[in-house]
Amino acid sequence: MSLEIIGITVLWLFLFFYIIVGSIDFGAGVFNAHSIINGKQHILSKVIQRYLSPVWEVTNVFFVFFFVGIIGFFPDSAFYFGSILLVPASISIILLALRGSYYAFESYGSKGHRGYAFMYGATGILIPASLSVVLTISEGGFVYLDDGQPVLSYELLFMSPLTWAIVVLSIVAVLYISSVFLTWYASKTEDQEATGIMRKYVLIWAVPLIVAAGGIIFELQNHNSVHFDSILNLWWMFAISFVLWAITLWLIWNRRKYGLAVWLMIGQFAFAFFGYGISHYPYLLYPYLTIYDGFTNEAMAISLIVVFILGMMLLLPSLYLLLRLFLFDPKYVKGKRE
Amino acid sequence: MFIDDPVLMSRLLTLLTLSFHIFYATVGVGLPLMIMLFHWLGIKKDDIHYILMARRLAKGFVVTVAVGVVTGTAIGLQLALLWPNFMQLAGHIIALPLFMEVFAFFFEAIFLGIYLYTWDRFDNQKKHLLLLVPVAIGGAMSAFFITVVNSFMNAPGGFEMINGELANVNPLLAMFTVAMPTKVTHVLATAYMTIAFTLAAIAAFRLMKGSHKAYYKKSLNVMMKVGFVFAIAAAIIGDFSGKYLAEHQPEKLAAAEWHFETEEQAPLILWGILDENNEVKYGIEIPFALSILAHSDPNAEVIGLDQFPEEHHPPLIIHYFFDTMITVGMFMLALSFVFLVARWRNWTFVDKKWYRWLIVMGAPLSFLGIQAGWWMSEVGRQPWILRGIMTVDEGATTASHVDLVFFFFVLLYLILGVGTIVVLRKMFKDKPVEKELESYAGGDEQ
Repeated sequence: MSLEIIGITVLWLFLFFYIIVGSIDFGAGVFNAHSIINGKQHILSKVIQRYLSPVWEVTNVFFVFFFVGIIGFFPDSAFYFGSILLVPASISIILLALRGSYYAFESYGSKGHRGYAFMYGATGILIPASLSVVLTISEGGFVYLDDGQPVLSYELLFMSPLTWAIVVLSIVAVLYISSVFLTWYASKTEDQEATGIMRKYVLIWAVPLIVAAGGIIFELQNHNSVHFDSILNLWWMFAISFVLWAITLWLIWNRRKYGLAVWLMIGQFAFAFFGYGISHYPYLLYPYLTIYDGFTNEAMAISLIVVFILGMMLLLPSLYLLLRLFLFDPKYVKGKRE
Repeated sequence: MFIDDPVLMSRLLTLLTLSFHIFYATVGVGLPLMIMLFHWLGIKKDDIHYILMARRLAKGFVVTVAVGVVTGTAIGLQLALLWPNFMQLAGHIIALPLFMEVFAFFFEAIFLGIYLYTWDRFDNQKKHLLLLVPVAIGGAMSAFFITVVNSFMNAPGGFEMINGELANVNPLLAMFTVAMPTKVTHVLATAYMTIAFTLAAIAAFRLMKGSHKAYYKKSLNVMMKVGFVFAIAAAIIGDFSGKYLAEHQPEKLAAAEWHFETEEQAPLILWGILDENNEVKYGIEIPFALSILAHSDPNAEVIGLDQFPEEHHPPLIIHYFFDTMITVGMFMLALSFVFLVARWRNWTFVDKKWYRWLIVMGAPLSFLGIQAGWWMSEVGRQPWILRGIMTVDEGATTASHVDLVFFFFVLLYLILGVGTIVVLRKMFKDKPVEKELESYAGGDEQ
């Protein structure tokens, strides 16, 4: 395996972690806000708060990992994406900043403030939408070179059906991932009512998810036929993903093994996400930047990988401790430790 | 839209983000150490007051950590968004400490989360205290790695330029540049100093308001001591920084000192103004002091701005930033020294209202000192973004709409700043010390 492949695989893995933990977090905020509108807040809020409180900062770090890592391994991506993403990425930063600090303000400051809860819910939809635009841009067709400097055409971007298909998928995926996870988490708290509500959300969002995902592949055919063809070559990965989706849905429909359903759902997204990533290879940005011409020097690549391994040896036990103390501590989960 | 100058606007936006973030970053580095100190004192002396200090500070800390995290994320991304050409080059050489910083922060965030939610889960309090060690280390390491990057920008090393191409990159050497030792230690010492004086200021203020006397007196006495120790450290390291600058970045020292002509037995000029002939008026001149600061020798020669082409002169305004930093440092050193001597000799004037007010002033002043120090360092590196290799003009983005983005970030920081103050005030007003001491019966933090 070449250093380039190791680098991009590590980064893609981190992005995948972020998408899973981030989606749970984003979706939880949306459901929380929605339950306040419905007056069912008392059912959901407790479950959601108990999950979010100790882990929210950790979620953010996965994201930082990804972008610091991509600049480290592929410095040219800083040049290309840095130049074109000024406005879209700034919007994402501002939303993330509002979300992160509002969360802290709300949960440590003035509890139960409705404005905060709505703000939190709204950013849960807007952040995935704004971040997903980066994936769209990387498909090419929206960027041209002006005197050697990459420039983004907003007109082309916003007129493209692909953009909106990806936005829709990102939002639906957030709601789906989050509801599958929270169904399990609520069932662990032995809160029947909350489990029931979350289960309903899963059933609502399952079909739109597959429709949106299919829509994107269809759109790609027109937009980027190179990528579309390599997706077809990896059809089996997407097929496995589809089967995992179907089993997840079946389990939740029949109210069985919610824990297994979460793992299957993660598997479903892993196959789809890596299928997408592998078929994108070798491009970071069609057609200007590949992982080969954008790669850093060998010395830096090796030091980054070494640091990464050392860092993981430090972090994995700490993360394990965090999860054991909170997510998987039966007393804490059931709210008996407050 | 307003100002169609991506370079200028990129500089302003970076200035804005860094100046806002440094408040939270300083708290993030300094506060865990103070919480640890209080918690440890509480266990050692079996004193509920110190324990309560640790608990209350930890609660406030999460709010500032949250804003610190999000503004830190903003800087991380803005580096690439506003300075894509710089990050393309720098990514090849100095990406390693940036990457390490994320790990350090990750580590800190995990243990802070655990510490905060496990106050009464341990039978042995010392075990709970141990959770703070990674938090404090993580905070200090974050500062270390980021300052390493900044040191690199001031004194690039660990690579060679052969015919305009990067060669022989050594990521470790790039981290351990000549600027690194003084810069890193100065940042850490001043962060601890600032937080100690800020907590002392809060205690002094509460005492004047007639709040719980024993509690705040303890806090005041400990924090003035800690502040004094770190103020001395900051001054000594500052002296070494002067020697570093004289040796490796003489143009920055010369601009900060308005030292135009290379000369021996150079005097140090504090404050003053420049007339049209670049003559200093109304300044305080300390004979030989600049030669001593630069080379520990009153007769030594100090390089002036005349040795550098005009386009490489840093802006002369950094003289004021430099003097603000030094004046604040000296003032705080004197203030805490007098306080400690007075406590030792049982002089009571330090408990008078006027002295308490001086201590209260110490909080904003210390933060002003931090800001001034960074402005001095960053503006003093101009016109370079990477000294001797790339200027800010070459490093900046060419994208349009930087001015619009700037405007939105002003709004964002306004919201976050006001939010922090409102939430912290409410948090501590709703639960004054007296009330918490009464109801103190245990239970995990909420």
